[in-house]
Amino acid sequence: MSINASGWRPEAPISGGKAAPTTTGNKALMLEEALIFEIGDTTTTGVDLVEPIAATSRLGDLARTAPIGLPGLSEPETVRHYTRLSRQNYGIDLGFFPLGSCTMKHNPRLNEKMARLPGFADIHPLAPVQSVQGALEVIQQLAHWLVTLTGMDSVAMSPKAGAHGELCGVLAIRAALEARGEGHRKIILVPESAHGTNPATAAFAGYSVEDIPATADGRVDTEKLIARLGPDVAGVMITNPNTCGLFERDMRVISDAVHAAGGLVYCDGANFNAIVGRVRPGDLGIDAMHINLHKTFSTPHGGGGPGSGPVVFSKALSPFAPLPFVEKTDDGFHLVEEETAGEHHAGAFGRMVAFHGQMGMFTRALTYILSHGADGLRQVSEDAVLNANYILRSLDETLEAPFGGAGPCMHEALFSDNGLADGFSTIDVAKGLIDEGFHPMTMYFPLVVHGAMLIEPTETESKAALDQFIVALRSVAERAKAGDVSLKSAPHFAPRSRLDETLAARKPILVWKDPGLAQAAE
Amino acid sequence: MRYLPLTQIDRDAMLGVIGVATIDDLFVDVPEAARLEGPIPGLPMHASEMAVERHMTALSRKNLTAGEVPFFLGCGAYKHHVPASVDHLIQRGEFLTAYTPYQPEIAQGTLQMLFEFQTQVARLLGTDVANASMYDGSTACWEAIGMARRITKRGKALLSSGLHPHYVSVAKTMAKFTGDALETSAPTLGADTDIDALIAAIDTDTSCVVVQYPDILGRIADLKPLADACHANKALLIAVVTEPVALGAIKAPGEMDADIVVGEGQSLGVGLQFGGPYVGLFGCKEKYVRQMPGRLCGETLDADGRRGFVLTLSTREQHIRREKATSNICTNSGLCALAFSIHMTLLGEAGLRQLAAINHAGAVAAAERLSQVPGVELVTTHFFNEFTLKLSKEARPIVRTLADRGILAGVSLGRLYPGEDSLANGLVVAVTETTTAEDVEILAAALQEVLA
Repeated sequence: MSINASGWRPEAPISGGKAAPTTTGNKALMLEEALIFEIGDTTTTGVDLVEPIAATSRLGDLARTAPIGLPGLSEPETVRHYTRLSRQNYGIDLGFFPLGSCTMKHNPRLNEKMARLPGFADIHPLAPVQSVQGALEVIQQLAHWLVTLTGMDSVAMSPKAGAHGELCGVLAIRAALEARGEGHRKIILVPESAHGTNPATAAFAGYSVEDIPATADGRVDTEKLIARLGPDVAGVMITNPNTCGLFERDMRVISDAVHAAGGLVYCDGANFNAIVGRVRPGDLGIDAMHINLHKTFSTPHGGGGPGSGPVVFSKALSPFAPLPFVEKTDDGFHLVEEETAGEHHAGAFGRMVAFHGQMGMFTRALTYILSHGADGLRQVSEDAVLNANYILRSLDETLEAPFGGAGPCMHEALFSDNGLADGFSTIDVAKGLIDEGFHPMTMYFPLVVHGAMLIEPTETESKAALDQFIVALRSVAERAKAGDVSLKSAPHFAPRSRLDETLAARKPILVWKDPGLAQAAE
Repeated sequence: MRYLPLTQIDRDAMLGVIGVATIDDLFVDVPEAARLEGPIPGLPMHASEMAVERHMTALSRKNLTAGEVPFFLGCGAYKHHVPASVDHLIQRGEFLTAYTPYQPEIAQGTLQMLFEFQTQVARLLGTDVANASMYDGSTACWEAIGMARRITKRGKALLSSGLHPHYVSVAKTMAKFTGDALETSAPTLGADTDIDALIAAIDTDTSCVVVQYPDILGRIADLKPLADACHANKALLIAVVTEPVALGAIKAPGEMDADIVVGEGQSLGVGLQFGGPYVGLFGCKEKYVRQMPGRLCGETLDADGRRGFVLTLSTREQHIRREKATSNICTNSGLCALAFSIHMTLLGEAGLRQLAAINHAGAVAAAERLSQVPGVELVTTHFFNEFTLKLSKEARPIVRTLADRGILAGVSLGRLYPGEDSLANGLVVAVTETTTAEDVEILAAALQEVLA
């Protein structure tokens, strides 16, 4: 098998080191770019504006007179600045991005086009509802499909991201327990393999967090969990499929036991992509689950957001769902807000955000769901799981797969760094992969596996792309096992070599300061 | 199924490598009772780009687009002209399809942009530092209250009556669960803010005072006396800015000694989008940086001594600190922060000041024109680009009537404060560079007619 599709492969090590350094620091297509504060000027503007009309100021004595220090660039300089910056980034559009737990799938461009239709992009959240019936219908249609796909009772659309959705779900649990007079339940059980957001969310909502250990096969220890249930336990937060890439076989048993003990079940839906169209979480007895539209439903991650985290609820929790939501009646779509919730939604625990949620993500997710349809979404989870298992089985002789012997994985393959040479760890493999042209996997998470490497390929990768990655990872892993010291200083071909994170944290420089002024101040 | 590259031949070959006969063999861990056989009932089958586009376009046409009508809505979301290059640049795949920059060597584009964004935001707000963005203004406001609690170890927050009622609702919701005590009330329909009342209410249990600037009715007032009163009682002043363009014309809260300044950045680069996604701004004094929520980008060096950027101070964050984190926030609003930053770079200080001057002058002229309409009284004396009118009739039905005629007249206080009779005749009107003199004339004529 050739390493790349062109058939070309290097016969000697590739190195930039033989050439004389360039005067500019540039390397052909890779251009160094200064900060806007170093190239811009506060008198420059890239926007043509008219002169203000004559009017008497109504600012009182509050006019801003001191310099602000905001540099401007002309339009061509602006376009070049951000284009150059963009080229220092790795994105799914460029190559394989198997970041476990993050579901970096292709972002369809039809989604982008639809979100930019003026009828969606250019409407105000407080416009009279009669003038935004189409927007409310989008929210209502998406809500309907999310409820259908999950087999749940209702959905709160407003949470802004996954962790915000978690908070929404846990607050609904707390509201439900308090309504039952069981506010004394103060413990939330969280498996030790959980995302960090789970314990942070539970703590924010006023709960104490207790860890539940995992079994040797990478799943929640059901016996220990059930043994811990009792009158002080408010509920559990479980990720399913879990962060080891495994389906929690006992989910229904756990749900039933938690309910029998008076608690409620939160499911972290970050990994819903593995089961969408094949399993309805509602059939597993859960009470609340957030759905990352930016994972399963293909809205872009944008370098760290915006996300969108609608939360589906069981019948037990629906009455406590937050405001606002959209309701359809004979005379159109209505927005149920504080004013109109009245008696028919009196239990709402409150409001998560100003306005109605991430409309721009709703139009994208609805576009995606309609594009795939029922048959396509089922194929999505099948291909996602197939791709992950193909990676697992293609690499489990090179790297230790701690749970690989127990059977198939779901949407992500998990390896450990056991077997690498002394002094070599997951980070060295990851940085070596960067040089091979791949975005690394998730490193050191979940915490239950030593030097975890969590690989989530998603369904939008071709077999050829997977094969190329497998060859590359095998090669890098073999180098790490052999103790190849050049890996310790990788990446060698990225725009930057390893960055000193300790220095950044010890003396934080969080904003740019003019070096001249900074020196004068010292 | 245009988004799925695997062919049936690929799938069969891969199943062979894995060593199973069918795809169902990979789902053996799912209990049979939970397995769905066949496609989800109720969903249609897959559809072409053309078919989906037709469906979505038909839905979009059921909305009255702001850009097509005289438009005066504000109250936390503003219509500004966004230069064409902003949307072009944020759609570059290297920005659009990147993740949170966990591998800094191949994410310098996002990281340098965030460093520039943090600096722009800090300078705009007048704070020492700023973070890499929050979900939106309302959640940034609540996170600031939590931060003040951690710093002062006190649990009582005074919320100005001029704070956006949705922001108040979010804070009240969260306070129910954290146990913070919030003091709040509805605004009065007058020219004066409640700063004097807030100053009088501060005591030694107060963790913070939260004041919006300009406030929900568009009013502006000097925050320095309030900051001094807070500090005299070892409480913090949190200022909330929902219209960042204002800070091109009026003093920054940081200049008036606010400790934490949060805001909604939607006005620059982002667009209306029916309420989201938006971008929360969050700045504070340097001494409080370790109590800040959210991601922070910092400058450092690489192994070859070159300047580079990384996410830093992550020991505050959930993935390290778990239940002891300063916030549970993970994803923020990176792409909207990029849009904000590009728009700000295009404007520069000179452009921002001019844009703010255009907004203010247009608003002053509109306020004067509209207050000449019989039955219309201008309530606000000092304002930036948004002011409040008191109509001789209830405002909410008038807003609806005018919407039917294709005029989006403003936000009625009846919508924001249902049940507050004293506010029912209030109409908040926003004027930006997108508002024309003709728009104002159309609104004036329509008001004259419906108020007659």
